[in-house]
Amino acid sequence: MSYFEAKSIAVRFGGIRAVDDVSFDVNKGEVFCIIGPNGAGKTTIFNLISRIYNVTDGKLVFDGQDFTKMPAHRIAGLGIARTFQNIELFANASVLQNLLIGRHTHAQANLLAQLCFLPSTRRAEIGHREKVEDVIDFLELQRYRDTLIANLPYGVRKIVELGRALCTEPKILLLDEPSSGLNAEETEVMGFWIEDIQKDLGITVIMVEHDMSLVTAVANRVMALNYGKVLAMGTPAEVQRDPEVIRAYLGGDP
Amino acid sequence: MRYLFKTRYEQDLRIARQPSDLFWYGLLLAVMVVFPIVAGEFYVGEVAGVLIFAVAGVGLMLLTGYTGLVSLGHAAFLGIGAYTNAVLLAQGVPFAITLPTSFVVTALAGIAIGVPTLRMSGLYLAIATLAFGSIIGNVFSKWNSVTGGFDGFPVQTPTILGFRIQGANGIYYTSLVVLIFVLWLAANILRSPLGRAMVAIRDSEISAQSMGIHLAKYKTIAFALSAGITGLAGALFAHYVRHLAPDAFDILLSIQFVTIVFIGGLGSIHGAIFGAIFVRLLPQAIAIVRDDLPFGIGRMPGLEPSLFGLFLVLFILFEPGGLYGRWLKLKQYFRSFPMYKGSTFKRQKAYAKSERLR
Ligand SMILES: Nc1ncnc2c1ncn2[C@@H]1O[C@H](COP(=O)(O)OP(=O)(O)OP(=O)(O)O)[C@@H](O)[C@H]1O
Ligand SMILES: [Mg+2]
Repeated sequence: MSYFEAKSIAVRFGGIRAVDDVSFDVNKGEVFCIIGPNGAGKTTIFNLISRIYNVTDGKLVFDGQDFTKMPAHRIAGLGIARTFQNIELFANASVLQNLLIGRHTHAQANLLAQLCFLPSTRRAEIGHREKVEDVIDFLELQRYRDTLIANLPYGVRKIVELGRALCTEPKILLLDEPSSGLNAEETEVMGFWIEDIQKDLGITVIMVEHDMSLVTAVANRVMALNYGKVLAMGTPAEVQRDPEVIRAYLGGDP
Repeated sequence: MRYLFKTRYEQDLRIARQPSDLFWYGLLLAVMVVFPIVAGEFYVGEVAGVLIFAVAGVGLMLLTGYTGLVSLGHAAFLGIGAYTNAVLLAQGVPFAITLPTSFVVTALAGIAIGVPTLRMSGLYLAIATLAFGSIIGNVFSKWNSVTGGFDGFPVQTPTILGFRIQGANGIYYTSLVVLIFVLWLAANILRSPLGRAMVAIRDSEISAQSMGIHLAKYKTIAFALSAGITGLAGALFAHYVRHLAPDAFDILLSIQFVTIVFIGGLGSIHGAIFGAIFVRLLPQAIAIVRDDLPFGIGRMPGLEPSLFGLFLVLFILFEPGGLYGRWLKLKQYFRSFPMYKGSTFKRQKAYAKSERLR
């Protein structure tokens, strides 16, 4: 049985079938990429996995556990973290605070202990800080530690959001267009980080991406989507050669 | 410029981040303790009023400034705390018990309004809390057997450890102790996971959720704590006015609390204090200049509420950081003099507006 599995998932918004009978599975440790033209339903798949939307059909299974009906706030605890296409950071908090919020699933201390800030809470906080500092070192965010998100350039925000997801210590990382808004150089750096995340941290990555150079550089397998349906699945080279995929990107009848 | 060198993570968890902070807070405390000895009774009473409003301000700040939930019903929480305290005292319950009970009862009332409004925010939440406030106001005036209705309810002089808490000095010192306790509580909340969860909910519910934060749970906790702290202020308020009248806890009072958090500076505990000073001093300032104003403006009815409204709007438009934000800028100005640049506090343009999934 595979590590992560989506079994013919579907969602309808009114009349639109945003995701229609999509099945895929992801192996432990791989980088799995979802591509497709605008409005294909890529982000919607992420929102289904994050349980922000309910599937109208199908099943989601991770590590042998069916989480199709699990409430959204328990997904992080399951080991699935994500970033957002348009960055959803806590804008009026510092980088450090944002990363610490990423530790939330590991910080379920007793409420009364927190209100009194007992020594146990203090020790736990220092423990979280150490974990956060590891991520800061990993992503080289040292000089932004105390900067408010609202004062950061776009490229750095993308890295911070990646860092916040890493702070949850995920088993699977969902990245929604990690290169969007980045220049060519920043995109290349992002590619190296994704490789490090896969190779050094051993985290499985599912990623939505438009930039084919990044996809070819990091993806083990690619799934192409159009109008909510799977067009093709395979290695990056295979998918790029697929006539259906070429037609979807160049226009013409679906 | 001064830089603080940090050598241990522990340093970021201290309430006083710099040694100089400790000195200034200590000095302030000393001044506050000595104040009633040197100042006249009138001024002690006025400052006690500021302290009580600061307690309520901290309560509302946790909800509005940190969790991002507006409330136009906090006067009702003040009232619940005040009546709980006064009614229990009249039953002969000691103050050492009525005070914490005011916290608990009001916190429960906070949950009662928090849970049904979990999915609301912004204007809808404002209207729901406004309605809640007016319902509770009605309860105060109609539930004669308990609250004494419009005749009001006399508040007994409390004793603690054998001391009678009376006069301006008594209420002043009690309020000071409660305020210090509440500030300590707020500082603890803000440096632990609970406070971070609140900030997360304020800034982005969608990603708070994907970080594992249970929105309903933390919003309810925020409502309970905010209401409970306001209830403590209410208990003090009862002794401050000595005679409870149901119409004291009306929408105008709620608006004063909102003014505290907006003018003080959203998202800062210092702001709650600054805001409380402003809100209590404004009526005094109006009283002083009232007779000198031209065209009979001074005798216009509704002058005070309209000025509150005007200041609220002006601050939201021109100084969203509030009084505390202004103070920080001033400090920065002197620290970096003569290198200050107006653009230091300009925010970088956000290139992408975030997609809200709500
Ligand atoms: N909450 C919603 N309500 C109604 N329609 C929606 C909703 N979310 C997504 N859709 C629709 O579902 C379709 C797929 O949207 P989605 O955001 O998944 O596209 P995408 O593949 O991520 O595109 P892009 O490359 O532009 O990010 C679109 O037609 C969109 O309008
Ligand atoms: Mg998308």
